[in-house]
Order: sequence, then structure tokens, then C-alpha cells
Amino acid sequence: MLNTTYTVLSNECLAPDIFRMRLRGDTSPITAPGQFVNLRIDGLYLRRPISVCDAEGDVLTLIYKVVGAGTGKLSELRKGVVLDALSGLGNGFDITSSGRRPCLIGGGVGVPPMFLLAKRLIEAGQTPTIALGFNTASEVFYVQEFLDVGCEVRLATADGSAGERGFVTAVLPEAPSHYFACGPEPMLRAVYHALRCSGQLSFEARMGCGFGACMGCTCRTITGYKRICREGPVLRKEEILWEA
Amino acid sequence: MGSMKVRLLGIELDNPIIPASGTFGYGHEFAELYDINMLGSFSFKGTTLHPRLGNPLPRIAETPSGMLNAVGLQNPGVECVISEELPKLAEVFHKPVMANVSGFSLEEYAETCAKLDACSQVGWLEVNVSCPNVQHGGMSFGTNPAMAAAVVRAVKAVARKPIIMKLSPNVTDIVSIARACEDAGADGISLINTLLGMRISLRTRRPIIANTTGGLSGPAVFPVALRMVYQVARAVKIPVIGMGGISSAADVLEMMLAGATCVVVGAANLVDPFACKRIIEALPEVMQKYRIENLTDIIGGAHTWAET
Repeated sequence: MLNTTYTVLSNECLAPDIFRMRLRGDTSPITAPGQFVNLRIDGLYLRRPISVCDAEGDVLTLIYKVVGAGTGKLSELRKGVVLDALSGLGNGFDITSSGRRPCLIGGGVGVPPMFLLAKRLIEAGQTPTIALGFNTASEVFYVQEFLDVGCEVRLATADGSAGERGFVTAVLPEAPSHYFACGPEPMLRAVYHALRCSGQLSFEARMGCGFGACMGCTCRTITGYKRICREGPVLRKEEILWEA
Repeated sequence: MGSMKVRLLGIELDNPIIPASGTFGYGHEFAELYDINMLGSFSFKGTTLHPRLGNPLPRIAETPSGMLNAVGLQNPGVECVISEELPKLAEVFHKPVMANVSGFSLEEYAETCAKLDACSQVGWLEVNVSCPNVQHGGMSFGTNPAMAAAVVRAVKAVARKPIIMKLSPNVTDIVSIARACEDAGADGISLINTLLGMRISLRTRRPIIANTTGGLSGPAVFPVALRMVYQVARAVKIPVIGMGGISSAADVLEMMLAGATCVVVGAANLVDPFACKRIIEALPEVMQKYRIENLTDIIGGAHTWAET
């Protein structure tokens, strides 16, 4: 973890309520895909945790959905604004256990962390397939970006307006070597039950601090209590205990 | 150059800044960022006799100038704290610590205090009779003077170290509770724990916090905390530790003028992990600005102007 500042380079709308923010600053604290940054936003007391979509050189890319006051204010920031951040938070995905043909699974606002993960896997010589799930065609983003980095892309929308009709589980590949998933909890549960291979799933939680001090986001796992912000947000499939 | 040193129940502190229990874990997350030995002391995560997972998620909600939490005393239990956490803590923090204790019966309070009292690292026992987020215990011991006094007697009977009672603001008359604790033999009072509050999500039409209610902390509560510290400090002779919404060196001075011997910083640590360091480093300049030579000189300073 590093307390640093990032300067907004751009902040653009990709799809309804979905924004991509590029920031300039020190990305060295981000050591694994699936980590997050916790941003201080003027006028709000708590920081806002946002997953890292991409980090190369001194440019950090975040994609976020406007869901409330914090992300609403974030979407209004213009080029040149300086944000105070805690950077490099959470464990992130472990790419060493991916095998040759890993499957990446992203649902809605769970798609962004899959981008840096896809790049890292391809750099490591693997051939990832990505299954993307959205509600409807207008909400789809980053299909071309995943194609450009060399992924096989499979797309599903709940209403069938783009790709296959149905949830992301409708487009999962046969027998991947390992999977990485991020998305709403119902999606994570469905993926967990649909795939037999080993996997890693990234969870979301309302956080207090984002760095392990407040115990605001603790969950129960087979290997003991874990803080989503510190020992998570990525949990291994084998350690997950689904609460009723 | 003035002095920031204060004396708390027989132990000298380099400065009056103490991170609050439950906002600083066992210090490790912060020790990665700076040398936490610069702190006056710190109050580690509230400890109970048995391990507790705490409440379901969500446990946190934001408020104007503050936050609600309903963590529910998650902790590994006193045995694990003593065998695992305190030795690890000793590697990063070399001063006496404040052991924060909660319980669900007089016997539990006494047993947990007795075990922690025997630890050489522990300088003081802070007995929490004010947790608003657990059923059958916690705050119910701190909302009635006779019950609070019973806890004091139970823990004083087994502990040699100073007993600091941590009080709830969710009462009609906090002064009567503080007096009852003093009369029963408490060595100090710390206040305030969080104020009971809630938020409702417009999207789901349900309380944001799974526990329905949570404890409010952050700058929003500072004036309430200050008022209560002032009232209690006027009413008791034992030292008072002030907390509630402190986030700057100026807040520290204000709290000490109200009567606090030292000052506990809570929610600020969660939004700025360097909050305590920043406050300690800013204190000399703010002291100079207000021509304060020694911090101890201003404790309760506002009382001399009060009505008699």
C-alpha cells in the first residue's frame, strides 16, 4: 500500500453510467491484477474503492459505474484534478495457477479488472478466453479492447441484444484449465456451480478503510475469517463459504 | 520548544495521541506506513473472552462528515490475543498499550481483564461498557449507573493495572454514569463511544447496515463529544480521556481544554492512515500559535471560565 496522488488525464463515458478514468501517477504499488485503489473524493468522508482496470508505466486506468454519490462526483472530475489515493490495495489474482487455457469471466462492472489480468496472462504465454456478461447491448464495453490484446471473446447479454442471450454462464468455454471471475454475487455463485476446474473469484463489499484496519468487510471462509480489502478481494474457489 | 508529554495514571506519554480501539487493529497495517512508536500509546481491538466473528455485512455506511459502523466486536478472543497478537505487536510497538475489553457478563469482564492485566505490555485496561452493536451486553452495562459500577467492582477485584471505563453517549445523563464509575473505584474515564444511528438505502428501501443500526463517529460527533468530556471532567476527579471526531491538532487542544488528559483518534485513521502521525507532527506549531508551553498546562483550561 502506498498513499499517493494521481492526476486525472481523462474521464469519459463508455456506456450508460459507465466511465473510464485515466490517471497519471505512480503505479508501482499495483503488483497484481485485481487489486484496487481507494480514492478520497472532496466532500465525502469515506474513500471509494475502485478496481484497477489497467496500469502501465505511469498511467492508471479505472472503469467504474455511477451508483451513488461517490461515483457520481468521480464522474464529474475533469482533466488536471489531483486525487489522493491509497494504491495497491488487496491481494489481486494469482496468475501462476492459471494453466494454459484459463477462462476469464466478467459481469458488468466486474469486467474492468479482467483487462489487466488478460494482459498479464498473455505476457506469461497463456491463451485466455474471456466470457463477458452484460444486461443489454448498450451497456457492453471493452469487447474490442480484449480482442486487441489477443483474447478469444465470448459475449452474452441478458436480453439477447448482443452476443448470446442469457447470463455469462451461457458462454463459458468447455473445460478451461482455471478460471478468474469478477461480477455481482449471483453471477459468482452461478459460475462457482457451473465450472468444475479450480478458480479465483473477486468479491465486492462496503468498506470502511480499505486497508484492513476497521474489520468492516470481514467474511467467513473455510480457511478462517478474511478481510475482503486485505486478504481479498480475490478468494480461491476452495475456500469460499456461501452465506445463505 | 514546549513539551507534548502528558501523564496518564502513572505512565508518562510522549504525547497525548492514542489511536482508538477498533480503528487501528493491532497496529500492523499502520506500522507498514510509519514508525508507530511515535504515538503516545494505542488501544488495541476490543477483546472478549471468546472469539467473535462479529455482525453480518454490510457493517459500514457513510454519513455527512462521518460514518456508521456495526462491526460487532470481531476479535479472536483473549487467549489468541495474548498468545499471538501481543507478541507480534511487541515487534512493532515498544510502549505500554491500552487493552480494550468487552464482555457479556460481569464474570466475562473480570476473566478477560484478569488475563490481560497479567501481560507486561498492557499499561491500562480500557473497559468498554458502551458497544452499541451487540445484543445482551456491551452498551447495556454502560447505560445504567448501578450496572456500570458493578462492572468496575468486578474488574477492580481482579486487576492491578489502572481501569479506564469507556462510556456510551447514548444515555440521558453521562455524568451520573461517570460518577458511579468513579465512586466504584474506576481510575479513569474515556468517552465517547459512538452515537447510535442509521441510514436507509433509497434503492433497496432497507437499512444499509445489516445490523439495522450502527455507531456514528467522525467529525460529525466532535461537538457532542467535546460537550460530554467537558461535563464529565467537571464532575469527576479521575483523569478523562477524550475521543469523538478528532482529526486535527486544533481538535486535540480543544478536547484538552475541555478536560481531556489525553486524546483518542478513531475514524480519522480509517480515511487517512497517517492521521495520528500528521496530528502529532502538527501539534508543536499549533501549540506555538496559541502560546502553549506545555500541553499538560491546558488540561481542563476551559473550566476556569465556566459558571460556578
